Amino acid sequence: MTDAARNDRDILIRVRGLCNGFGEQMVHEGLDLDVRRGEILGVVGGSGTGKSVLMRSIIGLQSPLDGTVEVFGENTIGREETDAIDIRKRWGILFQGGALFSTLTVSENVQVPLREYYPGLDQALLEEIAAYKVVMTGLPPEAAPKYPAELSGGMKKRAGLARALALDPELLFLDEPTAGLDPIGAAAFDELTASLQKTLGLTVFLITHDLDTLYAICDRVAVLADKRVIAVGTIPELLALDHPWIQEYFNGPRGRAAVAGPNRHVHEDKRG
Amino acid sequence: MRAPADFERSDDNGEAVLRFSGNLSLACLGDLPARLETVEGGVARLDLREVGRMDTVGAWVVHRFARERGATIEGLNADEQHLLDQVIAAEHPIQLPPPPPGSFTRALDEIGKAVINSGKTLYGLLGFMGATVLALWHVIRHPSRFRFNATVQRFEVVGVGALAIIGLMSFLIGIVIAQQGSVQLRQFGAEIYTINLLGRLTLRELGILMTAIMIAGRSGSAFAAQIGTMKLTEEIDAMRTIGVSPMEALVLPRVFAVVFMLPLLGFYSSLVSILGGGLLCWVDLGITPVTFIHRIREVVPLTDLWVGLVKAPVFGAIIAMAGCFHGMQVEGDAEQVGQRTTTAVVQAIFLVIVLDAFFAVFFTNVGWT
Repeated sequence: MTDAARNDRDILIRVRGLCNGFGEQMVHEGLDLDVRRGEILGVVGGSGTGKSVLMRSIIGLQSPLDGTVEVFGENTIGREETDAIDIRKRWGILFQGGALFSTLTVSENVQVPLREYYPGLDQALLEEIAAYKVVMTGLPPEAAPKYPAELSGGMKKRAGLARALALDPELLFLDEPTAGLDPIGAAAFDELTASLQKTLGLTVFLITHDLDTLYAICDRVAVLADKRVIAVGTIPELLALDHPWIQEYFNGPRGRAAVAGPNRHVHEDKRG
Repeated sequence: MRAPADFERSDDNGEAVLRFSGNLSLACLGDLPARLETVEGGVARLDLREVGRMDTVGAWVVHRFARERGATIEGLNADEQHLLDQVIAAEHPIQLPPPPPGSFTRALDEIGKAVINSGKTLYGLLGFMGATVLALWHVIRHPSRFRFNATVQRFEVVGVGALAIIGLMSFLIGIVIAQQGSVQLRQFGAEIYTINLLGRLTLRELGILMTAIMIAGRSGSAFAAQIGTMKLTEEIDAMRTIGVSPMEALVLPRVFAVVFMLPLLGFYSSLVSILGGGLLCWVDLGITPVTFIHRIREVVPLTDLWVGLVKAPVFGAIIAMAGCFHGMQVEGDAEQVGQRTTTAVVQAIFLVIVLDAFFAVFFTNVGWT
């Protein structure tokens, strides 16, 4: 195998020359990004820099004006919902608000993708799979028969994660998973993500504002600014750059607090 | 890559051993769980040495089988062992939902629930009417709190926006009444009475009634859905905390708009119906417009117009309040918005027709025949 070919196989998501815009306003102009197999890539950027739009473009919910997006080596732009099934089976997506189906219980929510792609599974096995997935994401077992409206915000996120993990995907998209969680819950969610990533060998595309999350679990961080990805790298690599937004972001009061914070040990554990 | 999961049974020193091969992952599982069920007798060991990729579902299936048969699992590498441990740690007994009750009990149950629900809704609607009147009283005492702009905007949405569709509907209804009436009346040589039928029926009943039904479907449903969605997104709570009363800011402008617009739209609808009927009379029966107008003025008493116009604001209030009330009742999830919107429209139309019957009896008794 040549080097280039091996590189290709190690890159799960390849975005090239992506342009997105709404009316007159451009969100992305010529954005490039690679996500490697097995890494947790954090995506950061100020509000309105198009982090969610980038995720929506990658998963095919948003048709960009220009550019290419490949996931698992396949184009995802403009594919129908019922098309590209092979890719859809291999990824899981956690939306910001959980996006649970409100008329189904948590357990039924987790079963939806399983039923959709594997209609042969019998009901008892489906229930069991849903049950252990629910517990795996840190929800109490009593949450499984509840409806989303009966859950708190943090529990909805966990239930959303359980559904995203239903098919044991290789690639996980998380859109601000710790936003709106209390610091303890957020730290627990970080550990959960890291542990699942280790257990299942996941690749994680993680949009976040949470500096603690970045320090705790991300292998690399991509910075969105000026309508493109201005830098990708580990946090020390980014700190060495001389971009005002990056310096402001990591060296602001919150950035410094995150470095000194209690989550630091998780980061080191993972490294060690 | 895609080797399907499989197993084969062998005996090792008198112990039954299942040797698994292929990928123990969701995509490659196939009918493996079902085939495992058919394995007979005790199994001592499960050998996973030959297994390729394993995911949590595969781990779960193996673990479940091992637990049932008291078998031990062997041949795992460190990662797979970690995966299995994670799955085992997440295990807990599941409660399957209770079996549904028999159809007779369920029918009784549903009838009972429906009755209680109707009672509650009616009570709630009465309460809501009271609250609307109170809000009106507050606004009368503090006229500066009246939301003039919001109300005028509603006038446009409810009234002006509905002109085209109500016009078209009324025009066609006028034609249908005149056409059907003339066919029947011709048998007695009394086609000229088509004009009586058309004029009196549209002004007294149909103009207002059809408009009310159209507005219930068009604006009543919109009110329920708008307010319901605002409830879900906590906009209503936000209003309350800022000190804005949703009754004053949302409900009153909508009620005002429908109460004022329905008489106007109803009158407009009656006129367009008469126009449509008149056109048919001219084309089909050869009654010239001049004769038609003459005749209409002769046979339709002014009280018919009043009967229609008195009913309209009452219908309007019912429609707007049913819409707003059900919107405010939305709680929990998106399905509720749909349910409440449907109920709002059905209830508004039902109440309008019931009230119309009362009005008919009332006006006959006071001599406005």
